[in-house]
Amino acid sequence: MSNVLILPIIIPLLTGMFMIFFRRNIRLQQIIAVVSLLLTIGVAAYIVHRVSVGGIIVLDVGGWEAPFGISLVGDMLAALLVLVATFICLMCCLYAFKTLKHDHKVHFVYCFILLLLCGVNGSFLTGDIFNLFVFFEVMLISSYVLLSLGGKKLQLRESIKYVIINVISSTLFVIAIAYLYSVAGTLNMAQLSERLASISQDGLMITISFIFLTVFGLKSGLFLFFWLPGSYSAPPPAIAALFAALLTKVGIYAILRTFTLLFYHQPEWTHTVIMYLAALTMILGALGAISHWEIRKILAYNVVVAVGFILFGIGVASFDSLTGAIYYLLHDMLAKALIFILGGAIISIFGSDHLRNFSGLILFRPLLGWLFFIAALALVGVPPLSGFVGKLIIIKGGIAEGQIILSIIGVMTSLLVLYSVMKIFIHSFWGEKLLSEGEQKDTGNSALLPGTLLAVLVIGMGLGAEWVLTYVKQAVEVLSNPSIYVNAVFKRFEP
Amino acid sequence: METFVTILAGVLYTVGTYLILNKNLLRIILGITLFSHATHLMLMSINGLKKGAAPLLGEEVANYTDPIPQALLLTSIVISFALTAFLLVLGYRTYVELGTVNIKKLRGKSDE
Repeated sequence: MSNVLILPIIIPLLTGMFMIFFRRNIRLQQIIAVVSLLLTIGVAAYIVHRVSVGGIIVLDVGGWEAPFGISLVGDMLAALLVLVATFICLMCCLYAFKTLKHDHKVHFVYCFILLLLCGVNGSFLTGDIFNLFVFFEVMLISSYVLLSLGGKKLQLRESIKYVIINVISSTLFVIAIAYLYSVAGTLNMAQLSERLASISQDGLMITISFIFLTVFGLKSGLFLFFWLPGSYSAPPPAIAALFAALLTKVGIYAILRTFTLLFYHQPEWTHTVIMYLAALTMILGALGAISHWEIRKILAYNVVVAVGFILFGIGVASFDSLTGAIYYLLHDMLAKALIFILGGAIISIFGSDHLRNFSGLILFRPLLGWLFFIAALALVGVPPLSGFVGKLIIIKGGIAEGQIILSIIGVMTSLLVLYSVMKIFIHSFWGEKLLSEGEQKDTGNSALLPGTLLAVLVIGMGLGAEWVLTYVKQAVEVLSNPSIYVNAVFKRFEP
Repeated sequence: METFVTILAGVLYTVGTYLILNKNLLRIILGITLFSHATHLMLMSINGLKKGAAPLLGEEVANYTDPIPQALLLTSIVISFALTAFLLVLGYRTYVELGTVNIKKLRGKSDE
């Protein structure tokens, strides 16, 4: 029992609400945002440390004991994700300070970024499935506003699609929860895990698990990603980076949690389907990535490929592949934020997002070029960068479980991803210098600080893989053995 | 009674789906509203509508009605209320900016 778990949710919430009172004072809003995010990062790092030393932390909110009240459960997976998510939020904020238009800033953009983080952190930490829905909604409503803020035609059109799809999938989420409640009679995930293990696994349970898979698939872009490339390429780069790094990952986290804690009894159904969907997602995403010529679209399709790859690890569901999936998930959040921020910088320099309009950037923006090169290699998984370790472990786990074809698809799509990001790199950085100093729309320097910080982390995560893996393995232990989670929530300690 | 409410929810789902498949943005929004209403009805009926007394502390009755679905229902209603308001504003803004409520006409080049 420790109140520290509520802090990553409540700090962004309160500071975000506090900002509303200072609408015109943008400088103050920025200071509040940075202070609040730094504070949250500190708390998250402390939670990771405490979990690594003393095991899962549980907080029964309001003092109501586990099955009756809502409990927040901080296991290693949640703690790591909260830490990385908050850090990425800070980086995107730093980029947003310089790049967003004044219109955005006076219309509470920082406030909504913090509320989005509140929803994201809440989804990671909650131990109650209906509460997960509520935090999803907190996150989604903030994302609707962030997506439509600015009111350009493209944004409005994509917002409508995005909002409608998400409202329908949220409705499905409620339906799924209703079914689950009528079968198991509880909403607490730990108790659900126990009850579902004891009742018969008939067609009804499979149906319920598939409704959940549909819902989370829609949110995370697993196979049902048709809305994703459009809506992720509509908002300003700073917001798009935030979306790409956080939103789909929450959906992946939800799949990871529900299909290791609740619906792990019939892997021949559920996990097989997840693997098929993952394969299709990787192939379709990679085809989308190589077929487009706009930076935003290419990057958005890269998000899809990564979702497929992580879900491949989750579908195989051995200890190794889950380790790889979580490692890759953490890496992908950093790498996606990095490459979206750098892509945004390139777009802002040329004032266009079509590759044919780009050329010769390396001559006057060498640092940007090298950062983009590192980001691209990390995304593809070239050693010693962070993507390599995750991919290696996932594929190793896949081959060990006999999923040869899926592993081949994983490697092949990695090559296509390499082609797609190298296409951006070659077109924008090589070639003749197209613009003279005066013709640039923007210096692109605003991306350098967050870009460098993220790149350092991406390299660090690759070089310090051994150290990161000790934490990740602790997270996987809980996932592959649900009774650890259940016992922690109900405070039953084995003698 | 539960059967009746479930059938009602089914009818609302059908109508909601029909409206969502429409091309008119306003009808889509109405369809979504119906869709969430149907979900609320289903959520209410899923554990039995009224199986006993109100769940109060200190009252000696054999059966209590399960209060949790109603709590979920209230939360869900509030959320869908907020979303409907947001969608209506978004739809109105789209109409003002793009001059149409026809989803098909919203298509076009992405770099406008």
